[in-house]
Amino acid sequence: MIGLSHYLTVAAILFTLGVLGIFINRKNIIVILMSVELILLAVNINLVAFSTHLNDITGQVFALFVLTVAAAEAAIGLAILVVFFRNRGSIAVEDVSMMKG
Amino acid sequence: MTAAAAFFYLFAGVAIASGFMVIASRNPVTSVLFLILAFVNAAGLFVLMGAEFLAMILIVVYVGAVAVLFLFVVMMLDVDFAELRNGFQRYLPVGGLIGVVFLIEILLVVGSWTIDPGLVQAPLGNVAAGENMTNTAALGRVLYTEYVYFFQLAGLILLVAMIGAIVLTLRDRPGVKRQNIAVQNARTQATAVETIKVPSRQGVEV
Repeated sequence: MIGLSHYLTVAAILFTLGVLGIFINRKNIIVILMSVELILLAVNINLVAFSTHLNDITGQVFALFVLTVAAAEAAIGLAILVVFFRNRGSIAVEDVSMMKG
Repeated sequence: MTAAAAFFYLFAGVAIASGFMVIASRNPVTSVLFLILAFVNAAGLFVLMGAEFLAMILIVVYVGAVAVLFLFVVMMLDVDFAELRNGFQRYLPVGGLIGVVFLIEILLVVGSWTIDPGLVQAPLGNVAAGENMTNTAALGRVLYTEYVYFFQLAGLILLVAMIGAIVLTLRDRPGVKRQNIAVQNARTQATAVETIKVPSRQGVEV
């Protein structure tokens, strides 16, 4: 029987993959953004799993909001990336410190 | 093993495998395609859990919009991705260590933790899909009443994101001729056409 803990385990593994992706792809900001999407997906799986397990729809409402914020974040992040590429000719995030001040 | 369990293991396995390929693949285009696969399988998990509306939204929003946006940007930017992977080997040990520790911690928490059975019997209030109500109807019933301000706020966030993305990427290149509709509409016959009486055999200075 597939219970709550199975879904939580899947979400935990996906979350960890997202965190790992941020660590090992330090230079490639596109993959970092995709890792953030993976993390948010894992959070959504957690929210929906608890929502259906507790028979309370509030978790799904919040999953919807997380989805909204994730979409907005992806759009803004990619727009910043495009502007950065236009200015620098590269997307190496190591020299992003030029943006300070 | 029932069909639901089989489908759970199918969706979960493919989602985790494609999630791994997202962070491990050499080409970002492949990463985006595996991200799409992960989202589709997560939508399958949502369907198994009984959240059909979120599953469809996940496919429409993520696969249809966000992943395609990623694909556009990856293909639009002319980047040497091989050069960006230089630090992969260097960061792998510490990243892998952190990942393993993190995963073990989370799994310990998930495994050793129980939920109050009284909480499951007595729902917290907003009952999910009842006997004669679909998941979409149940979601809409609370989304537009109890959480209407949050819903409006979500719309506002999307509006701000849209304006922000446009403002960031819009550029005014000098030396490029652009259509100015206001100026075009403001032209009259008096300013656009000039009638010159040409004297015979003398011509006119242009």
